[in-house]
Amino acid sequence: MAEPKVKYDRQLRIWGEQGQAVLEKASLCLLNCGPTGSETLKNLVLGGIGSITVVDGSKVEVGDLGNNFMVDESSIGQSKAKCVCSFLQELNDAVKAKFVEESPPKLIESNPSFFSQFTLVVATQLAEDSMIKLDKICREANVMLIFARSYGLTGFVRISLKEHTVIESKPDHFVDDLRLNNPWPELRRFVENIDLTVADPVEHKHIPYVVILIKMAEEWFKLHNGQLPSTREEKKEFKELLKSRMVSLDEDNYKEAIDASFKLFAPRGISQDVRQIINDSSVELHSNSSDFWVMVAALKEFVSNEGGGEAPLEGSIPDMTSSTEHYVNLQKIYQAKAEADFHSVEQRTRSLLKKIGRNSTSISKQTIKSFCRNARKLKISRYRPIEEEFKSPNLSELQKYLTDEDYSVAVGFYILLRAVDRFAFNYNSYPGEFDGAMDEDISRLKMMAYGILSDLGCNGQTLTEDLISEMCRFGAAELHAVAAFIGGVAAQEAIKLITKQFVPMCGSFIFNGIDHRSQLLML
Amino acid sequence: MATASRTRDLDKLLLRPGHLVGPNFEPGPELRDDLGEYARVLVIGAGGLGCELLKDLALSGFKNLDVIDMDRIEVTNLNRQFLFRLEDVGKPKAEVAAKRVMERVSGVNIVPHFCRIEEKELEFYSDFGIIVLGLDSVEARSYINAVACSFLEYDSDDNPREETMKPMVDGGTEGFKGHARVILPGFTPCFECTIWLFPPQVKFPLCTLAETPRTAAHCIEYAHLIKWDEVHSGKAFDPDDPEHMQWVYTAAVKRAELFGIPGVTYSLTQGVVKNIIPAIASTNAIISAACAMETLKIASGCSKTLSNYLTYNGVEGLHIKVTEFVRDKECLVCGPGVLVELESSITLRKFINILEEHPNLLLSKASVTYKGTNLYMQAPPVLEEMTRSNLDLPLFDLMGKVSKDIVHVTGVSCKGDRKTSSLKKLRVAFKGVVGVVDMDTAGGA
Ligand SMILES: [Zn+2]
Repeated sequence: MAEPKVKYDRQLRIWGEQGQAVLEKASLCLLNCGPTGSETLKNLVLGGIGSITVVDGSKVEVGDLGNNFMVDESSIGQSKAKCVCSFLQELNDAVKAKFVEESPPKLIESNPSFFSQFTLVVATQLAEDSMIKLDKICREANVMLIFARSYGLTGFVRISLKEHTVIESKPDHFVDDLRLNNPWPELRRFVENIDLTVADPVEHKHIPYVVILIKMAEEWFKLHNGQLPSTREEKKEFKELLKSRMVSLDEDNYKEAIDASFKLFAPRGISQDVRQIINDSSVELHSNSSDFWVMVAALKEFVSNEGGGEAPLEGSIPDMTSSTEHYVNLQKIYQAKAEADFHSVEQRTRSLLKKIGRNSTSISKQTIKSFCRNARKLKISRYRPIEEEFKSPNLSELQKYLTDEDYSVAVGFYILLRAVDRFAFNYNSYPGEFDGAMDEDISRLKMMAYGILSDLGCNGQTLTEDLISEMCRFGAAELHAVAAFIGGVAAQEAIKLITKQFVPMCGSFIFNGIDHRSQLLML
Repeated sequence: MATASRTRDLDKLLLRPGHLVGPNFEPGPELRDDLGEYARVLVIGAGGLGCELLKDLALSGFKNLDVIDMDRIEVTNLNRQFLFRLEDVGKPKAEVAAKRVMERVSGVNIVPHFCRIEEKELEFYSDFGIIVLGLDSVEARSYINAVACSFLEYDSDDNPREETMKPMVDGGTEGFKGHARVILPGFTPCFECTIWLFPPQVKFPLCTLAETPRTAAHCIEYAHLIKWDEVHSGKAFDPDDPEHMQWVYTAAVKRAELFGIPGVTYSLTQGVVKNIIPAIASTNAIISAACAMETLKIASGCSKTLSNYLTYNGVEGLHIKVTEFVRDKECLVCGPGVLVELESSITLRKFINILEEHPNLLLSKASVTYKGTNLYMQAPPVLEEMTRSNLDLPLFDLMGKVSKDIVHVTGVSCKGDRKTSSLKKLRVAFKGVVGVVDMDTAGGA
């Protein structure tokens, strides 16, 4: 095996060679390389991201040595971006590492087009006004954006982009696509050829549960006017029926059939989630529609035509007690059906592409195949512009969070993180940044926070004195462990966005380092 | 001016009074200085979590750290164990990790221990204020948990004595998921109290492998567990020998072809045979950071502590959950100890035999320690020889003729057909011995 393949082995088992290839093509821009930014990049550089550009205008001070592992004594007085960049380069020479010695807020102001060259921008430790400006720039340029901030024992991570679509969402738990309640003719024929009353006990206990359930369902239909068991009693009765057909107690296949009977009881047809996706307004295609939406449009057509109300078959089956022969044959039947469904979706995709004036082969076979295999698991995440969230948050959610004990600390930090920026704008320093004016800072911060809440039409009294005091105590400190946590979260989300695998977070993540009851706020 | 100090940021937390803090928090420069000077933290494991932990702790005010790890650096570590470079491959992890962190964070002293955790005596572990675990095996966690719990003493009313409590902070990751927990033995559930959180790995039945293989993994395990022994009589399979792995892969491919089963690859073969857990840098960073924060809080009281189990899941969105688990009052590890009642005439040899048959212990090849003194050691040979003469003496005499007291035993325990090395705390009581002596005052001389 080649060296990089060995080096990345433990992550290739998660996102595969395809995911790794995308990661290695990605170019990332980091704004501010304090510990939060440096730690984010460290995690991505180790994983082999294509290139990084570190933007920071500050020089390394003694205080930075206490919270940032990427700088040391020899860095003092030098450009922080340069020092961090050279340490990161040491971690992985396959990564192209560059730095720009400039203050991010100034760069956002002076050179907005700078950002359009990147796949993703990770903006750390930015104040509200810079966040809003950068968000507009990145949305305009279709560049993905993650905000990350560490502040004392709290922190903030938020993704910002118009829309993120995922084919390979790879959920941990998802019901297998077996069509037990809706078998197609080939599967039906296969099942018919197996005799559940076979005399040989070895054969009997190696009949796969898929066969047992389809056969027993047919028996049930005859007695119940073609209806599946639906009430609790009926389901129990059905399981009893299964049990009664066991010839000995050690028949694992029957036990598996009983455990898997819920897969038979599931309703036919596509899920609510899939229905919502195929009914999204984006399926009205135009020449600029993304490949994803072209395939969704094809899926929609498939469901109401060849699919007969179902999505394309996934084509794989879980392991189950069975003879090798039955299992392998069953596998082939599922694969053949999946292949046929894929061909239908492919044809529909190609003709839709033609219809909107695009090259009909512009989406690869491989992509369409993957889309079909994952058709039941598609995911779409959309993110409001951050300015909208700040100016007009979802008020009913906000009210709920303010009065919900599980959310009160997180939403308190959310408001206070905005309040410290207003404070800094007014007083040129963060509350509690310097010793000596603590009491005054606390009452000023309180005013700011109450102001934000009352501007939104909410009651400020829900913010506790304790939390406001803690926020002042933090004095804008960037603690290493908090930065490492926030940087880890930001990196994990960056990987999900870049590889287009798994599902990125939605909403604003507020870190609560006091008791770890962190929350995602949907504002 | 505060900005000219290396502890610029940490000082905000350690020098200023707070409102949501631990009960023993006494902010001030002394707290910061004491943390650096006196707090000793042991990090178990110098892998994905361990590398991060050492960095995080070194930048959280701790200056006296030890790290223990028996492994050497491999190429597959480099995607996340950021203290290691390609030229370090083959060197002991603990030593390289300690050196790298000391190079970058001046004033921090890290002592590496390149050995197995079982090789250290109890005394070694008792020196640390907090033990932080960055491990990937249930067995190792179980062992360290028992070690930490063994220091816990109970008063005559069976209440744990706080001053003997050895806190642990434990982290673990798998792919995009992980956990971090705080264990205060005697006060919050220990690892063993909630062992059900780590269900044993399901193994394929041998008859499936031999007779009805269906998946690629079945073919691989057949080659690994059955075919290897058939062909290589007596030669043990070594998962780290590439030739052995290649042999298993080739045999698995042949078997898969025979049965028409798709999907056997070299990578899958390694994954199945070595039970590889996928791992990435970001998850390790998140979990280690949470563990380091909790370690700082336990040592300083600068904020409330996690109570007591955090799970992180980034597969679908982001889910962080804190669960407050409760202690198992019957726990054999963090409870007052298994009671073993003996006649005062019982010899040490007989006592060791009793442990093997005791239904709650089933502990064979036991070594016995009493108040830090080795009464009998199975290994190494030198110690065995030195302690052998004790075997025929009555345990009662060896324990200074107290009526009851705590004895620590280590050995091999059998759970089903799984053998694991384990450490147990026993409450030994001698029948019919007059002159009741309180457990916590007995035998102090
Ligand atoms: Zn316990």
